[in-house]
Amino acid sequence: MSSSRRSTLIVEHLRKQQMWEAISKGKRLDGRNLDELRPLSIDLGIIKKANGSAKVNLGNSEVIAGVKVETGEPFEGLENKGALIVSAEVLPTASPFIEPGPPDEETIELARVVDRGVRESEMIDLDQLALIPGEIVYTIFVDCSITNTDGNLFDCTSYAVVSALMSCKLPVFEIQDNRVIDTGAIKPAPVTTIPVSITAARIGDSIILDPTSEEEACMNARITITTNSDGHFTAVQKGATGAFNREQIKSISELARLKGQEVRDKIKELTRIGE
Amino acid sequence: MTQTRNLIDEKGIRTDGRTGDELRKIKIEVGVVKNADGSAYIEFGNNKIIVAVYGPREVHPKHMALPDRCVLRCRYHMSPFSTDTRKNPAPSRREVEISKVIREALEPALMLEDYPRAAIDVFVEVLQADGGSRCAGITAASVALADAGINMRDIVTACAAGKVDERIVLDINDTEDKEGGADMPVAYLPHLNQITLLQLDGSLSSEQFNECLDKALNGCKSIYEIQRLALMKKYFGSESEEIREEQ
Repeated sequence: MSSSRRSTLIVEHLRKQQMWEAISKGKRLDGRNLDELRPLSIDLGIIKKANGSAKVNLGNSEVIAGVKVETGEPFEGLENKGALIVSAEVLPTASPFIEPGPPDEETIELARVVDRGVRESEMIDLDQLALIPGEIVYTIFVDCSITNTDGNLFDCTSYAVVSALMSCKLPVFEIQDNRVIDTGAIKPAPVTTIPVSITAARIGDSIILDPTSEEEACMNARITITTNSDGHFTAVQKGATGAFNREQIKSISELARLKGQEVRDKIKELTRIGE
Repeated sequence: MTQTRNLIDEKGIRTDGRTGDELRKIKIEVGVVKNADGSAYIEFGNNKIIVAVYGPREVHPKHMALPDRCVLRCRYHMSPFSTDTRKNPAPSRREVEISKVIREALEPALMLEDYPRAAIDVFVEVLQADGGSRCAGITAASVALADAGINMRDIVTACAAGKVDERIVLDINDTEDKEGGADMPVAYLPHLNQITLLQLDGSLSSEQFNECLDKALNGCKSIYEIQRLALMKKYFGSESEEIREEQ
């Protein structure tokens, strides 16, 4: 059952006041402009046992994504397509407020929103990944471990998934006598587009991008918008207990397109290294 | 998403006989669960959903209580017989997420600060599922909350729009959701002009995105009238007299 709760991170009144004051002047406590993202860094191939991996740092938020490729049965209703499964776990290493155990609703939402961004943009051409249509297909798992949290896990995790998929090498499977043979060869994943999510938070009447944990603890509402390489919107998720008006949604959607393209160029640039 | 057949014919008529701007048939009944403090039943196309509200009441376990406001708890659940293949009654990840987005769609409308240390429980039970059950659930839940006499800033009304055969249409049904190009559920506070739920899956250009959102908001405004009539019917008896008086 979903229940309203207090933010686990408590921000002192004085600090809140400082934040509001700064934001009303168009600046944030860490010196960023309202629409400025934190520095993004991507390390590829850090896990040799995975078919693809990426460690992404967005400010102090850190996520490691690993791709594992297997064969298995297709999903019901998608018999002629490969299967792509994205999961996310906030590790107990990530902050003093995380305890081990089954995922809570926020983690489930995180994994589902990241999954939706990748799936709905059709980033991977799953039609190419059926081995015996209806029976055996490629199954691509992208598992994300959040190792440190400082806000905006949606975007950080999404960038990690996208980077890991862009750099991953699929084993080439062949079918001989109805059995799957690993030929030992590898090929790149069939990437068709690069989805990029941008998360905005509303604090009072101001909209800020890429909120930190502290800003998330003070925000009224949150929205995550994913665009693909064509600049089309492929996934949206509004979160937190406040609301947006129509004009705010319009301006955030335009920001998500512009900033999304900047991040996309950056991801392209960073994932080219190591090829 | 690959499209296997035309979902809109040459005349602009959809698989269930509606035009692009037409809502499915909606029926709302207030006060259907005798034991609940507030309740509502909604038929939204083939969706059949019952919502019961309990509270404000004591919070158990007590440490869950908040000192300055009321805890809103929300459960969205699908009955095992509500879908084509039997649904496992244990809460799925989808239901966990929808419970969360429904709670977050309702919360901005409620004056939770009026009931510190208490809890309000909203149970949304989907008896029969069609496309758009979360929107229908939110629509019924806000009527049930009003029926329970909870202080509210506005009523929450919800509706989806989406893309089918490259056209933006109102109120996506199950087939259109599965085979169409995009689905955008929206919840809206009509008097405060606040959007409290916005989700999207599928692909929309910038123009389509704005057209889709505006269409969904218009749908919400029509649904608001149905919510209002349903509440008036319970509290003022005949609905037609009241409307005539207002006009």
